[in-house]
Amino acid sequence: MGVAMSFDIDVSRTVGGRRIALTVRTDRPLVALVGPSGVGKTSILDMVAGIIRPDRGHIAVDGQTLFDSDAKIDMPAAGRHAGYVFQDRRLFPHMRVQANLLYGRRTGISVDMDDVLDFLGIGHLLHRWPRNLSGGEAQRVAIGRALLSGPRFLLLDEPLSSLDRHRKSDILDAIDQIRMRAPIPILYVTHDIGEAERLSAMIVTMAGDD
Amino acid sequence: MSSDICAALSPEEWSILALSLKVSLVAVAAILPVCFCIAWMLARWRFPGKLLVDALVHLPLVLPPVVTGWLLLLLFGMNGPIGRWLSDVFGITLLFRWTGAALAAAIMAVPLMVRAIRLSIEAIDTRLESAAATLGASRLRIFFTISLPLALPGVLAAIILGFARSLGEFGATITFVSDVPGETRTLPIAIYAAMQMPDGEAMVTRFAILSTMLSLGALMLSEIMVRRIAHGGRHVV
Repeated sequence: MGVAMSFDIDVSRTVGGRRIALTVRTDRPLVALVGPSGVGKTSILDMVAGIIRPDRGHIAVDGQTLFDSDAKIDMPAAGRHAGYVFQDRRLFPHMRVQANLLYGRRTGISVDMDDVLDFLGIGHLLHRWPRNLSGGEAQRVAIGRALLSGPRFLLLDEPLSSLDRHRKSDILDAIDQIRMRAPIPILYVTHDIGEAERLSAMIVTMAGDD
Repeated sequence: MSSDICAALSPEEWSILALSLKVSLVAVAAILPVCFCIAWMLARWRFPGKLLVDALVHLPLVLPPVVTGWLLLLLFGMNGPIGRWLSDVFGITLLFRWTGAALAAAIMAVPLMVRAIRLSIEAIDTRLESAAATLGASRLRIFFTISLPLALPGVLAAIILGFARSLGEFGATITFVSDVPGETRTLPIAIYAAMQMPDGEAMVTRFAILSTMLSLGALMLSEIMVRRIAHGGRHVV
């Protein structure tokens, strides 16, 4: 019996005449997509999350097919259970931190809320509005929201961008904690190869199609 | 000043004011869901004939109100297709009734209300809706927990603007339901009727001041709502 691939992705999509494509097949739990800005790294995450549709190809995560153009499989985003931490965080501005964190909660999720609040250090932020959070706090809340939804896999889009060095170290520690506590596949986007090396990730370099 | 005006109103004038408020409230409440659906359609959907729908929605804004009233007469009058159907099936008559005045006020409020709601829907950051979808939310849940609350300032502005517009509605109303004291004589129609009377000047003055204050208050409230859309905590964090 073969080992289930953590990521089995072979997709392409053409946007405005520019082709975005990725092929990766690995059983490594953490894959880092590295490449310059504008190469389409976020688009790949959006395709895996089900926000945008590839023109062709297939996406399977942890043995489950999420998209397959030949087999006409296209699981809706809501059913994929991706824990997506967006680069722009996308906290709901009309909800306090607590409501943001609980938005993706559903019955049967084993992730312990107190544990997540504790290791992310966001327990004291529950009654704050997102607009009153610092960059680092907002990032940790965004990670907490994704984790508390009980994801089958994590998509982290430049989680260290716009953070100072101290905060970067905090978030990297948090990601280490996540890997220890919940061994789920992680697709990590960064333009900094040093981050990927620090996390001992499998590095996939994306280049432009020029 | 408003208390002075209110104290000076006679029972008959009070009933005119009450009728105007009733007509406007019913008009706005009835047309709000329709306006929201049209605004959503115009803001989010692409479909053939969108330009025509957009133009039709704005038609009451540019058409002479008397034409709108005449069209309502054609459609909802006793011999009109909808009017006859309403009468035959439900026994409802809109002609010369306050309900007809509410219908005319509602139609005239549509352009302003759709515009306010559409702007707020267009201002919603759709990336937040995508984020909600990745958290497992259904389309219905996304609508009620993300889209609708974020569009709320625009909806409130639409309610206030629609209410103010309905309160001032005259041309279409008098054409469609005429001036029936106690039934269709709303504030503007009462002002017009008072202007025809030799001793009606004091009443005209009182009603004119009252109308101005109500409209000004509504517009200022609406402006506050619009500012909230522009500057409120709707940015993505």
